Amino acid sequence: MKKLIALLLATLALWGSAQAAEEGPEWDKFPVDRTTDMASLQNGAKLFVNYCLNCHSAAYMRYNRLKDIGLTDEQIKGNLMFASEKVGETMKVSLDPRQAKDWFGATPPDLTVIARSRAGHGGTGSDYLYTYLRSYYRDNARPTGWNNTVFPNVGMPNVLWELQGQRVPKFADEKDPHEEGRTVHRLVGFEQVTPGKLTPQEYDRAVADLVAYLTWMGEPAQHHRVRVGVWVLIFLAFVFVIAWRLNAAYWKDVK
Amino acid sequence: MAEQKAVDPNAPALQKLMGWVDARFPATKMWNEHAAEYYAPKNFNFWYFFGSLATLVLVIQIVTGIFLVMNYKPDAALAFGSVEYIMRDVPWGWLVRYMHSTGASAFFVVVYLHMYRGLIYGSYRKPRELVWIFGCLIFLCLMGEAFMGYLLPWGQMSYWGAQVIVNLFSAIPFVGPDLALLIRGDYVVSDATLNRFFSFHVIAIPLVLLGLVVAHIIALHEVGSNNPDGVEIKAKKDGQGRPLDGIPFHPYYTVHDILGVSVFLIVFSAIIFFAPEFGGYFLEFNNFIPADPLKTPPHIAPVWYFTPFYSMLRATTDQMVYVLAAIVVIAAVLAILRGGLKPMAKIGVVIGAVLGIGALMVFEAKFWGVVVMGGAVIILFFLPWLDNSPVKSVRYRPSWHRILYGILVIDFIVLGYLGIQPPSPVGEHVSQLGTVLYFGFFLLMPIWSRMGEFKPVPERVTYHAH
Repeated sequence: MKKLIALLLATLALWGSAQAAEEGPEWDKFPVDRTTDMASLQNGAKLFVNYCLNCHSAAYMRYNRLKDIGLTDEQIKGNLMFASEKVGETMKVSLDPRQAKDWFGATPPDLTVIARSRAGHGGTGSDYLYTYLRSYYRDNARPTGWNNTVFPNVGMPNVLWELQGQRVPKFADEKDPHEEGRTVHRLVGFEQVTPGKLTPQEYDRAVADLVAYLTWMGEPAQHHRVRVGVWVLIFLAFVFVIAWRLNAAYWKDVK
Repeated sequence: MAEQKAVDPNAPALQKLMGWVDARFPATKMWNEHAAEYYAPKNFNFWYFFGSLATLVLVIQIVTGIFLVMNYKPDAALAFGSVEYIMRDVPWGWLVRYMHSTGASAFFVVVYLHMYRGLIYGSYRKPRELVWIFGCLIFLCLMGEAFMGYLLPWGQMSYWGAQVIVNLFSAIPFVGPDLALLIRGDYVVSDATLNRFFSFHVIAIPLVLLGLVVAHIIALHEVGSNNPDGVEIKAKKDGQGRPLDGIPFHPYYTVHDILGVSVFLIVFSAIIFFAPEFGGYFLEFNNFIPADPLKTPPHIAPVWYFTPFYSMLRATTDQMVYVLAAIVVIAAVLAILRGGLKPMAKIGVVIGAVLGIGALMVFEAKFWGVVVMGGAVIILFFLPWLDNSPVKSVRYRPSWHRILYGILVIDFIVLGYLGIQPPSPVGEHVSQLGTVLYFGFFLLMPIWSRMGEFKPVPERVTYHAH
């Protein structure tokens, strides 16, 4: 029972810091048009299976659903599946959740619907992920050596670091606008320490592709839904006109 | 045995078939009583669409619910995944699920509008008290249905929402903790809770709900519909006993309701296909995280349709209990001084007030929060006897009555908004004021509803042919 209470308190503290993060930096706008761009989605899928799918599962997402973003079964099997799964299986990982908790302090969450769950006052879940994955910096005070401005004291290291390179944050002491005589330690930017394989612009595009994939994976039917919706509304507009005239035809007798 | 009606042997086949059926089952009789010869006032306006729309949404919920149950797994380990399975692998599963989740919110939209219609046109007044009470029971069932259904996706909000609300029952003195245990079937919300909520959601409550809907409509067709003028159309009949201001429900209101349905479906479909989450109000973002009994979300808010009542619950703090006690004292003093009561009744008021204040002080504020939240719904049942106005419709009431009805709407919306927001000191005080206003509206109705200048009610309904 004591353990449970301690655990509850710990999670509360964790959530408290997560909440504080909401008041943290503003979220950047995720370029939404990427979610309809097949090349982006395919590149995002490649990044996802290479960088995310080792620790994070996407346990409700089947590999063969990737056919929806223009891939064939052979392409999926040959390029995107590393274990010997069948193409109809879901994206599971063999990472033991208990070990993961020991290593990172928390079990890596399943990513199937991550883009849908992270929306908040700062924007959509995609905006959050797009900002979060571009906000890592070197922090030797952390066990992983990495920290994040959007998710302070995050358990996950910067897995994309070889693409992004290493950065350190630049802080500036500014006058607190709300309280006289106090200074606030504010993040003003990052300083690139070592270059990555990609330039900062290329890195932003790569993250946008990855987030596009995560957004699509959150609801693979989303584009189909919108296309069907247009036809449904056109049909209902006709129904409305007929119902309107039918009603008028009957009601002209009512005096 | 009832005597057999003779069927003309030369009649067309269809007529013969109907004759055969009618001799065994009152099909034509029922059709005439409830549609072809059910006379409804001809002056229905916009507000009168929502009854038929509520029926439509009920049918949508039942039909989509049947298909969801085919693929859903009421198991704490599988529930979240089975919803995603429906969203991904079941053909058109996403559509069925979005129809059901949007339908839940749509149900409350149309029911709130339907109830407000009854409120402003006095549709609950004699002889329609039972129509209103059946309606209130439907609303109660609907709240239970929505609450239990919301647990089933087994997301964080499902789980913690249920946890918070079920815990409220434990605030009831003496029986509370055992009652909460009985509802959950466990010491926390768990697999056992999920299973019993599933059972209630798909069988028990829908069964009661359907029975109540039938009772609601039978009672309505017995007394006839009210109308925006609050005029009894049965008072003026033609030579054949048909109300002069009545028109047969079929075809006039069937085609009229089809028009309403087509507009409703346009809005409903626009949400389903283009904004099924509705900005986090119909499907909360947190609910895409699987339920985790060890991780309490920082901010637990029910879905929008419960938030006005949730606000009233949160408004009932220790401070608020003193306000309630003060209101009891003022009410008792006024009743004694101005009520014109007999000496025995005065003593009764004093004893009642003392007992009331004693109870307010003895039991914890959380319990009174539950009482306030429940009371906000239960008070609606008494509306037919709270309203002392000589006219039914707001059209013939003093103009300032309209302002009161407007304030009630604003109050309800403000309470709803505050219920969505995380608690804050300002919000707390506003919601306390809102709670007092809400209850003031209903509890003081016997007094204010008979005050002011009433306009003369016309003999016949006002209707301008289109």
